[in-house]
Formats: sequence, C-alpha cells, structure tokens
Amino acid sequence: MDAAQAIADLTEISSQIESVVLLDGKGAVAGSTFADDAAATRFADAATALLDASESLREGGEALTQLEAETPEGSVFVLREGDRLIAATTVPDPTVGLVFYDLKSALRAAEDAKPKRKPRATRAKKATEAAKDDA
Amino acid sequence: MRRLTVLLAFAGGFFAVAALLRRTTGRGRERVDLYYADGSMQTLTDGSPDLARLLGLAREAIHAARA
Repeated sequence: MDAAQAIADLTEISSQIESVVLLDGKGAVAGSTFADDAAATRFADAATALLDASESLREGGEALTQLEAETPEGSVFVLREGDRLIAATTVPDPTVGLVFYDLKSALRAAEDAKPKRKPRATRAKKATEAAKDDA
Repeated sequence: MRRLTVLLAFAGGFFAVAALLRRTTGRGRERVDLYYADGSMQTLTDGSPDLARLLGLAREAIHAARA
C-alpha cells in the first residue's frame, strides 16, 4: 500500500481526523489530504516545528515519539516512527487513543509499501549462463 | 415502592448532572501530552511555562491545515 492509499484508508475510517500529512525519511511529503503540495508542506513545517519545540523540553533524555496538543479549536497529533513522520489535525475533543492507533496503522501501512530489495537471482543467473558458455 | 422510585429518580438526576458537568468542563481544555520512547508521558497543563509556546505552534499548524 502506498502513502496515498494509506491516507485515503485513514480518512475513510476516522471521522475525527480532518487533515493528514505523511513525511518520508528525507522529510519530504509522501502523501497528504491537501489539494496542493504547498499547503501540505506548510502544515508539515508547522507540525515539525511543534515536534522540535516539544523535543527540546527534555534535553538528553528519551526520544519523543508522539504528541497531542489539544486546543478548543481542535487537536494536533504528531507521531514519529524511525525516520518517518505522520501529523494530523482533528475536530475538538477527539478520542485520543483511537486517533493515535489509526495514525500508527497508516504509518505502518505506508512503511510496508516501501519497495523491497530484489534478490540477487539476476546476478546468479548471469553467472550460471556464463559458466554454461565457458563449458 | 414509592421510596424506591424517588431513590432511582434521585440517582438518575445525579448521574445526569455529573455527566453534563464532565462534558462541559472537558471542552475548551488546553494541554499538550508528550509521549517518549521509554513509555513515559508528560502532560503540560495550565501553569506550565512551556504550554503557551507549544499551543501557539499547535494553533499555527491548525490554521495552516484549515487555510
């Protein structure tokens, strides 16, 4: 499943989530609910700034893996796994555990979609063919 | 029988008011929950010096998302 499909599934199952952005290992937008890349990048930058500011509160301690900032206007969720990150906004007073679960599932679904290394069968096949030619 | 009815009505009223209070006071809250890799969690609520700064960034993110 690619990032776009993971986000489409996420917004379909969760009515509390309003907007989502998924960043790849390089910090680039891999998928989002936004109509254009500029809006997705603006939100991603704001969410990353929130994560960085939160992380600076506990210097030298354990890494921050997820956060929720609740305001009367709605909540912001940021979740990081490895070098990938997913951020979302929700309606006010969301079901926190459920939103975290859905975001984590989407992040992992998109992670599973990463292309796997091809086996070295091609090289082995070539070696076999070369050996046949020599014989 | 009448005493039981009064008792049940009182209990029902009590729980209804309690639920209403919980719902109304729960709204409009401002807080930040931080979850760390070791499983620990930190909640910033009113009185925390860092809360205003983080909520400002959260509002920026919400406005960026809804713009």
